[in-house]
Amino acid sequence: MALLEVDNLHVYYGQIHALKGITLHVDPGEIVTLIGANGAGKSTTLKTISGLLRPQQGRITLSGEDLAALPAHDVVAKGVVQVPEGRRIFGQLTVHENLLMGAYIRAERNGVETDLARVFTLFPRLKERRSQVAGTLSGGEQQMLAIGRALMSQPKVLLLDEPSMGLAPVLVEQIFETITGINRLGTTVLLVEQNAYMALHIAQRGYVLQTGEIALSGSAAELQANAEVRKAYLGG
Amino acid sequence: MTRAGTAGGTWRSVVRTGALWGAGAVFLALVGLVEAVSRRQIVAGVLSLSYTFILLAGFGSGVQVSRRWAGLAAWQRLAGGAAAGALAGVLVGLLVVIGRLANLRPMLINASLPLYEILSFGRGLGGLPLMVLVQAAAGAIGAAMLLLPPAVRRPVIVGLGTAFVIGLFQDLVQLMLQSGVRAGLRSLLFTGEGLAPRGAVILMVLAAGGNIFWTRYRSPVRRWADRLAPPRRRALRGITLVALAGAILTLPWVTGLFISQVLVLVGLYTLMGLGLNLEVGFAGLLDLGFVAFFAIGAYTVGLLTTTGPLAVAHLSWWAVVPIATVVSLMAGVFFGLPILRIRGDYLAIATLGFGEIIRLLVLSDFLRPWLGGSQGVLGIPKPVLGGLEFRGPQQLFYLTLVASALVAFVAARLRDSRLGRAWMAVREDEDVAEALGINTVNVKLLAYGIGGAFAGISGAIFAVMLGSVFPHSFNVLISINVLALIIVGGMGSLPGVMVGSLALIGLPELLREFSDFRFLVYGAVLIVMMQFRPEGLWPTAVARRELHEGVPATAGGGVELAGAHEPDG
Repeated sequence: MALLEVDNLHVYYGQIHALKGITLHVDPGEIVTLIGANGAGKSTTLKTISGLLRPQQGRITLSGEDLAALPAHDVVAKGVVQVPEGRRIFGQLTVHENLLMGAYIRAERNGVETDLARVFTLFPRLKERRSQVAGTLSGGEQQMLAIGRALMSQPKVLLLDEPSMGLAPVLVEQIFETITGINRLGTTVLLVEQNAYMALHIAQRGYVLQTGEIALSGSAAELQANAEVRKAYLGG
Repeated sequence: MTRAGTAGGTWRSVVRTGALWGAGAVFLALVGLVEAVSRRQIVAGVLSLSYTFILLAGFGSGVQVSRRWAGLAAWQRLAGGAAAGALAGVLVGLLVVIGRLANLRPMLINASLPLYEILSFGRGLGGLPLMVLVQAAAGAIGAAMLLLPPAVRRPVIVGLGTAFVIGLFQDLVQLMLQSGVRAGLRSLLFTGEGLAPRGAVILMVLAAGGNIFWTRYRSPVRRWADRLAPPRRRALRGITLVALAGAILTLPWVTGLFISQVLVLVGLYTLMGLGLNLEVGFAGLLDLGFVAFFAIGAYTVGLLTTTGPLAVAHLSWWAVVPIATVVSLMAGVFFGLPILRIRGDYLAIATLGFGEIIRLLVLSDFLRPWLGGSQGVLGIPKPVLGGLEFRGPQQLFYLTLVASALVAFVAARLRDSRLGRAWMAVREDEDVAEALGINTVNVKLLAYGIGGAFAGISGAIFAVMLGSVFPHSFNVLISINVLALIIVGGMGSLPGVMVGSLALIGLPELLREFSDFRFLVYGAVLIVMMQFRPEGLWPTAVARRELHEGVPATAGGGVELAGAHEPDG
């Protein structure tokens, strides 16, 4: 059974019909990617799943439990957490404080310490800089912090919105390696990316979004081989 | 002299500096401040407050020129300072000449003959060269201040400053020195009019000496204290604390009625400041209608304790304080509900409306049978505890002190709690806060509620302080004042609230004899503060980081950081 299921999702921005019946599913332990051009509805899909936008129609379930009616903070409590586009770390707070914010929904102290240690093993850079003000980190470090912050809530499903945006190529590679690592430790990942090449490289399956609709879906290998996808997203 | 120009400092800067300070002096003269304080002596028979203000122009321009010409020879800096001071004097003289030739009064009501008399030392036009000379001297003295080595300059400034402050507040200080030994001290230092010349000299010497002593022995004393055995160090700390507490507790009886009243007012604003700080400083929710909660607290106490006809109940004040707190808390939550989705500037306007709604409601004829309309609620009895009646400011001081301490403690605990972190997250980025699992609705409502509760406590004390509550006590100016004081103190900082309250509420009260002129100072202080110290007088670590970027927050990652932020070139 799928862990996260989205069924016939319709979302409007005022009069604009942004998502026209999206259906997708993410199985436990998978990395699934949503690729597509600017404005195709990738971020909208993620925001709707995490409860920041309300669907007009459609169902979102996590292990069969309905998420569509829940406010965003309850969705986090259920185990779906989003790393927002553009990182959006708390720039005035230290790295450590940012990570603690991620553990906001959790009450037990010991677990937080353990997770902090785990995030620091994943991102040794952050450990070095734990008492530094987050706004002064480099772009790559900020992205690590944003991911680390999300992991602090112990999500079942991690939603990543354009993690490679604005990063140098060498850092992009590093971030994608980290995502694979996180996935191997047992976190399911739904990844939204414009960098389709890298996304399909680490994902098992993918969906191609076009103007609010799923145009194509399949295994990462199939999509990589697909002529249309190659032409539109992989540069030939 | 042209060498000065080529060496970096240009004479143009002398002209500009002197003209600016001179214009400042002319401005103070034309708004009437100079004439208004002509009878106020700083040092009796030697220096009046008028001349202090006027000579400040020469002195200030001297300091500024001397600072700008830091690399030049001493005589050049002295000459530059004197020239700038002289120019300031010329501007002041020009005002007198123009005023004597043409009647300026139709336009500038304060340009009067007595003013010209002051500005020309009572000698007619013949006094004007004297003014230029004196200003030049003041400029040279100002320039000379920066030539002194710091070890000499600091005691001199402290000595002059002390004498000036004591001279400025001479009547308050004299009031404190009424009986016994203190009366002897008073006749030594003061005459009827102000600080006696010998008093000024004594104070200057004492303050300067104290400063020299402190600079010399500060670090040895600290080292001595650090070397003490732990039990003795604890004892020392205990003694210091007891002494400090004793000083605070005896404050109203040492300083007298008037200052006690000022301190109570500072306390009430501190309470409100702590509440608004929680909304604006912690959670980033701008609120310009904060006075509403203050009013609700005051009216709750009024209606539930009054002996007058509007009484709803005749409870004791102690029983009503918790009720008032809860009522203002609920009011806060209730007010928060409709404005949850409003952000930024729009929020400010929406909340501005709330303050006015409450004021107009209590003022309205519609609610007059219950709230008393413009007559307010009268006959509020003073609280009694055991045998002690809190009847005057000297007793209320303790009530305010305890309330402020309690509320500050609660605010500090909240700041460091999970809720405090949630407020911080909402302030920094509301969307992300929501995405991290923070229930922003609850968190924001709690900020409004608890902030309102603090203001309610303040209102409860305010009601018994006056013994009555009137709608006109709750105007929008209070909201603005509270906001200004937390900004001046340092947004989000708890000690900053008290510092800001002392600076913006206490100081203007002490300067009451200058009537409306003190608001001139108030406004000028706000502008200067925002220019030069926008993080406030006692900022939080976060604010310091934000406004002084590139300064490492901690030693940790700071070393690399400092390298990364090296300015270009």
